[in-house]
Amino acid sequence: MARKDNTDGEMLKGTLDMMILRTLVTGDAHGHTIAKVIERTSEDVLEVEQGSLYPALHRLEDRAWVSSYWGASENNRKAKFYRLTAAGRKQLVRETNRWRQMIRAIGLVIGEEEAVADGGTR
Amino acid sequence: MSWSRFFHRKGSDAELQQEIDTYMTEEVAENLARGMSPEEAQRQAKIKFGNPRSIRETLWQQNTVSLLENLGRDLKFAIRTLTRTPGFSLIAIAVMALCIGATTSLFTVVRSVLLRPLPFRDPARLVLIYEHFRDARSNQEGFNYNAVAPADFFDWRKQTHGFEDMAVSRRGQFNLTGERGELPESVGAGAGSWNLFPLLGVPAAFGRTFTESEDRLDGTAVMLTWSLFERRFAGDASIVGKQIHLDGKPYTVVGVLPQWFTWPDAKTQVWVPYESGLPPDLLQHHDYHFSLVVARLRPDVSLASALSQVEAVQYQLHMQNLHAPVAEDVAPRTINDDLARDVKKPLLILMCAVACMLLIGCLNVANLLVARGAARQKEVAIRGALGAQRLTLIRAQLTESLLICLAGGAGGVLLSLAATQWLSIAWKNLPSAAGIHVDGVVMGFACAVAFSAALLAGLLPAISSTGNAAFASLQASSRTAGGNLSRATMRKTLLTVEIAVTVVLLIGAGLLLRSFVRLRTTDVGCVTNNVLSLDYSLPEQKYATPEKVNIFNEALLERLRALPGIRAVALGSILPGEGNGGDDMFTIKEHPPLKPGELLPDALVRAADPGYFSALQIPLLKGRFFKGDDRLDHAKKVIVSSVFARQYFPGESPIGKSIHVPALKDADYEIVGVVGDTLWQVGQPIMPTMYFPMLAGDVDRGGSLAIRTDSDPLAISVAAQKQIAALDPELPVSHVQTMQQAIGDSLGNARFSATLVLTFAVLSLLLASVGLYGVLSYLMTQRTTELGVRMALGAQRDQVLRLILFDGLRPAIIGLALGSAASTGITQLIRSMLYDTRPLDPIVYIAVVFTLLMVATLACMLPAWRASRLDPMQALRAE
Repeated sequence: MARKDNTDGEMLKGTLDMMILRTLVTGDAHGHTIAKVIERTSEDVLEVEQGSLYPALHRLEDRAWVSSYWGASENNRKAKFYRLTAAGRKQLVRETNRWRQMIRAIGLVIGEEEAVADGGTR
Repeated sequence: MSWSRFFHRKGSDAELQQEIDTYMTEEVAENLARGMSPEEAQRQAKIKFGNPRSIRETLWQQNTVSLLENLGRDLKFAIRTLTRTPGFSLIAIAVMALCIGATTSLFTVVRSVLLRPLPFRDPARLVLIYEHFRDARSNQEGFNYNAVAPADFFDWRKQTHGFEDMAVSRRGQFNLTGERGELPESVGAGAGSWNLFPLLGVPAAFGRTFTESEDRLDGTAVMLTWSLFERRFAGDASIVGKQIHLDGKPYTVVGVLPQWFTWPDAKTQVWVPYESGLPPDLLQHHDYHFSLVVARLRPDVSLASALSQVEAVQYQLHMQNLHAPVAEDVAPRTINDDLARDVKKPLLILMCAVACMLLIGCLNVANLLVARGAARQKEVAIRGALGAQRLTLIRAQLTESLLICLAGGAGGVLLSLAATQWLSIAWKNLPSAAGIHVDGVVMGFACAVAFSAALLAGLLPAISSTGNAAFASLQASSRTAGGNLSRATMRKTLLTVEIAVTVVLLIGAGLLLRSFVRLRTTDVGCVTNNVLSLDYSLPEQKYATPEKVNIFNEALLERLRALPGIRAVALGSILPGEGNGGDDMFTIKEHPPLKPGELLPDALVRAADPGYFSALQIPLLKGRFFKGDDRLDHAKKVIVSSVFARQYFPGESPIGKSIHVPALKDADYEIVGVVGDTLWQVGQPIMPTMYFPMLAGDVDRGGSLAIRTDSDPLAISVAAQKQIAALDPELPVSHVQTMQQAIGDSLGNARFSATLVLTFAVLSLLLASVGLYGVLSYLMTQRTTELGVRMALGAQRDQVLRLILFDGLRPAIIGLALGSAASTGITQLIRSMLYDTRPLDPIVYIAVVFTLLMVATLACMLPAWRASRLDPMQALRAE
């Protein structure tokens, strides 16, 4: 299991919010599912720290980008589900665009043309 | 951070717990599905999740408003500590309530009377202009503000350009009689020039103000004040345009003044035009001073330059009238200062006194807090050792004093509402034109006082109890032999300051009280016991000739003398001690003419009936009293007072000499007698006085009766008024009171400043002695072990008693010395308020020193006595 040890908290925080929002595009989910989806999709490169997942979820809810409700999980347990709001969807688009620009800009600085092309087309 | 979450932190924390639980079970289930054993599944899930508590803490923190959180914690803690010792808390709160209450009510009065501008249009540009005499005698009672002569005013208005406009007013008195047999009454009146109300910016509530054409000698327009309009005319606006009768003459009501307009005082009930009813030639006089001039400054002119124009005009007038009392100068005064002229100084002194009491209250609470700080030394040290920052500790302790002061402040504001109410009613000399009431500024002031008191009372103990020394208590063994020296020093210092301030207050109060007693017991120069006084004024309309006036007066005197229980009756224009009544210039026929620049001699003018002097027991020194046939044209006689004779006839007998009084029918009067001096007002220097026969009818139409009775004079007041009503049912009677009441009312300022300052001083003494007792009890407890050792080693009980007693008395004596020294300087400030009392009056100083030592000894005695009763065995085993 390759772990990505990222010490840049601010970067991670920004990206975590974005990834949570992205995960919720496909449907409502509770905390465990969100973490799992992120890990699976990133082919286990990213591991979601629980210590930042829950504060992040609360933060997103404060900003009204997600809403929450209590429902039953796949295993019929009481779980708190999060749903993407309209504002959240807009925020996701904004965040994604910003992220792509950032990747491209960093790529240009570092000078890896292919990586930029890759990042841009994927 | 979010406010809603801050207040629902508990609920959201529970939800989070639930979420975490769900996560864990999901993860465990997944791990089981991967084929782990149940224990391993649990373990891996926990490893993966990490510490759930730290997540909860992070979120809790995220939802917190940290300032509120801390404040809440401090508050909760402070409330708990305070309720644990309800006795202490209640005493502290009561002390603060008393001090803040007194301060707030005094400030309410000061603000209403001195600071808040009157509700006139642009009041900052309004100024009153007085005449000012430069000579030393006129200024011996303080800077003189002399009323303005009408002719001076007209010249000022015509010849100067610095003011937008100038208006003039004077006071008067009318008999108001009813149209349909209502009771007659005597009403105070103002007479204002036609432009007075527009200049002040006062519109009529109904009708209109005066017009220029109404302001003439035979003008008969009248305006009612709101209170008379409500009281006498039932608030019916149809009175405008109708007639009312003043002194028997019909006047037309042209308007009603608004409710808020009570200037210059509540006694003024009606307004007439300035010139209305004045004798024709009076307006040409430069030396008849009876008017108040109000001026509105032009916005583009400075007060100094506007005044210098008026001054120039006035100096010219002075040069043209060298023998007459025409002032050289003018002097401005604001309307507020003018109304408050008699109460400003007493009020400021009371404000200082109350501030001293507040300071003592704060020091006392600080002292109590220091004592508690000592008891909680260990707690503070432990909290400090566990990582509490010093600031946090100080904040926690400040919260406590803040709570005390806020609770005290709330109580104090309630107290001050009642106190202010009482003060504004009981203190009759307070000007009421602006209304005395609590407003936003006063509330702000009360809050500011409460917060600063909290800081003052809390900061000192908090800083001292949280210093590095505090941690020493952890190192100290449980057996403390010597007590905490620095803390004791702190308390003693606080106490010394407290006692010093108390001494200053006590000495100030003592001086004021002594001066008041001197005033009270001043010999007015006549009998005042069992004397009823009342005033009436015979209207010219009905009593047109002196004969008619004499018929009424003599009939009344005869009727009154026939009443049972009446010993003697005096009738004059004014009674001793009841006011000035006016003065006039004269020349002495037998003396050589005056040198140029010398002022004419001047004396008070009074009228007296033949029985006046004997009834009031004013002694005859030379010559004779008036006789019944000194009347009308045979009565060009005058009786002078002793000071008059000494001042104007030094070394010769005045009897048989003649004086010429231009103002009184321009006639010569022969001096027939010399009588003892009387005071025209208690506390004021004696003035030369001349008495003219009442029956001559030369002085004025007013009458002041003094009825000397066998017993309580008020008991015959109704009978006396009935006699007047029987002679003339339309004649109102005013100022029915005993002569002592009348004199007492004039001493209102002295009485209030003396009694209030004394009250504050006694309360401060009480606070200081409680503080002394508290400090000494505390010191004794601290030194229990030491005392035990001393006694075990053979110290005698009286030695221990002396030890503790002197320990307590030392700060008292130092404070006493400091306070007395400070008083010698500070009391100079109240010199002008003292009557016949020196600021360094030894009796007051001795009395204060003695009282303070007594009280201090008493306060120290109990702890000292308890110390001397200690059982050494128990003292050593204690702790």
